Amino acid sequence: MTTTEPLYGAPGRETTEGTVYTVTGGDWDAVVAGAGDDQRMVVNMGPQHPSTHGVLRLVLELEGETVTSARTVIGYLHTGIEKNMEYRNWTQGVTFVTRMDYLAPIFNETAYCLAVEKLLGVEVPERATTIRVLCMELNRIASHLVWLATGGMELGALTAMTNGFRERELVLDCLETITGLRMNHAYVRPGGVAQDLPPGAVEKVRELLKTLEKRVPIVDDLLTGQPIWQKRLQDVAFLDAQGCLALGVTGPILRSAGLAWDLRKTQPYCGYEDYEFDVPTATSSDGWGRFMVRVAEIKESMKIIEQALDRLQPGPVMVQDKKIGWPAQLALGSDGMGQSLDHVKKIMGTSMEALIHHFKLVTEGFRVPAGQVYTAIESPRGELGVHAVSDGGTRPFRVHVREPSFINLQSASAMCEGSLIADAIAAVASIDPVMGGVDR
Amino acid sequence: MTESTHSSEGGGQETHEGLVQPAGEHDPTGMASTGGYHLTPSAVVPPSATARGTSDMFGAAFGSDTSGFGGLVEKRAAPVSTPKPYGGWFDEATDALEAAWPGFAEHVLRVVVDRGELTIYVTPESIADVAKTLRDEPNLRFELLSSVSGVDYPAEQTRLHAVYHFTSMTYRRRLRVEVAVTFEDPHVPSVCSVYPTADFQEREAWDMFGIVFDGHPALTRILMPDDWDGHPQRKDYPLGGIPVEYKGASIPPPDERRAYS
Repeated sequence: MTTTEPLYGAPGRETTEGTVYTVTGGDWDAVVAGAGDDQRMVVNMGPQHPSTHGVLRLVLELEGETVTSARTVIGYLHTGIEKNMEYRNWTQGVTFVTRMDYLAPIFNETAYCLAVEKLLGVEVPERATTIRVLCMELNRIASHLVWLATGGMELGALTAMTNGFRERELVLDCLETITGLRMNHAYVRPGGVAQDLPPGAVEKVRELLKTLEKRVPIVDDLLTGQPIWQKRLQDVAFLDAQGCLALGVTGPILRSAGLAWDLRKTQPYCGYEDYEFDVPTATSSDGWGRFMVRVAEIKESMKIIEQALDRLQPGPVMVQDKKIGWPAQLALGSDGMGQSLDHVKKIMGTSMEALIHHFKLVTEGFRVPAGQVYTAIESPRGELGVHAVSDGGTRPFRVHVREPSFINLQSASAMCEGSLIADAIAAVASIDPVMGGVDR
Repeated sequence: MTESTHSSEGGGQETHEGLVQPAGEHDPTGMASTGGYHLTPSAVVPPSATARGTSDMFGAAFGSDTSGFGGLVEKRAAPVSTPKPYGGWFDEATDALEAAWPGFAEHVLRVVVDRGELTIYVTPESIADVAKTLRDEPNLRFELLSSVSGVDYPAEQTRLHAVYHFTSMTYRRRLRVEVAVTFEDPHVPSVCSVYPTADFQEREAWDMFGIVFDGHPALTRILMPDDWDGHPQRKDYPLGGIPVEYKGASIPPPDERRAYS
């Protein structure tokens, strides 16, 4: 045992497990003397902290209340989704991707399915595409409402939280009617969607739109004119368009810097070119601009939903190619939703080919021709890209997801450094990272 | 955790092209373990060499597909290299790159156009130059580096690929640039100085695949714990089984389970 240099005024000794410092109580003068002239303080904020938007750890170097350096530490929610997908078939992959950015599951599913469909070279039926658009925009509203709720809560606006979550629950009710689940839907499948809209779904969504038309202005009334909310966000977390592009930041943050880059307009997918909607922007490049952009996007999404409902035409919701389309014939039975008994009777009793088909598709899945593609869609947080590689087999060879939360989080340092520690909270909130997506 | 394990367990067999053919192709029941290592790399395999080239969508060979669809679907393999003209704006962009970047002839290995996407394979040492040219050249203007990721192709000598997806907001184009390195010398120059957004993404590719990005400001693990051993998304990374508390049984790791494909 040897005594080593005292650190922070505490004597240390060497042990087999490294240097152990014994810190005891003492006079404040001794603490100050031990710290020397260095006035820096390093604070670990998170990973368990109510204001870090999930299991995010911020390592903040402080001088007084000013943040001189901010580093984000992530990985606390890493679940190995990309690796796991390599051992499941292409259809099962949907069940994994839906869990990444858990506030935007429909977007994850759609981005992934568009990639698989591009690899397969199949065309999705019109009705399935319209249902996807409908669900994505419902999901965008839900996601932005959660941002309002949690972002408001992190800045102390608790009524924003209760209101945001209340409205979001209404949207989730609609998604539950359509998909069967509030979250983690696994509803969008390669080739289409899992099942058609149930009876009453269209009416329910129209009802929701009516409610939201009354409720969304409440958010405006509650927050937009409120001086505290303005002061917490205006001129806070500044990042201009050039900084956004260098850091790869997309979505509402980029649009709050004045660049109307929205993949739904600039590189349309799922027929977005046929919908009429605006891309809201702001020029303030700060947290306030992001708030305004997101609230405006909720209203634009409502417009798109309205149009999607009008465009719904009867038709199939899964590709007609029996080699790819999931062979489910769902029906409502006495014990809930399940495989239609008529279909079971047919494949078990009368058609050996149908039975073989069913068995092959369900056990091993379809084969996807070799190659690689990259598809990108506009998620509530920015460009959600899927790089899918197939080796010609029934399982993905590699799927990489370009998660906007992950990329956008890099801008936290640029937004926080030089600001007050309280504004660091506002900065991270304005980025709206979802840790499930960041860590995957 | 070396590359020597990749082809031994797969139950496949070496062909004269050096490709490992999947065991399932020779096993009419399709029950043999594929071990996960028979994977043929896309865009590298000549169409004639793909083991799966002539089988149907369900992968059955030798007429054992009783579904009635056997042989009806002709599958295609990804092209190795695409001859000019590439079509669309691809020619314009590659010509602009060639004009602006003196190293084009030396460093561009292949150009592939597949499914309406352009992929340029370049030498690893040139990636930072390519990135800078793509960003700054007025005819190209790829302002945004959308994604950097790794792919591990066990059947190749240079099996670690770093894949870069560039987006041009000015021209609304997307472009993929790919480099390949070996396990022994997994060094690729960092593009962080050209595109700061590559910071986290290169750290992820290092963490998951062990690609070393030279010149990165702080290449440390990002998703796995700092003291983690190995790079989990490499294809030969050992996967754990799950012990079941019943008569000492255990669920085998995913790559050793019975596979139907």
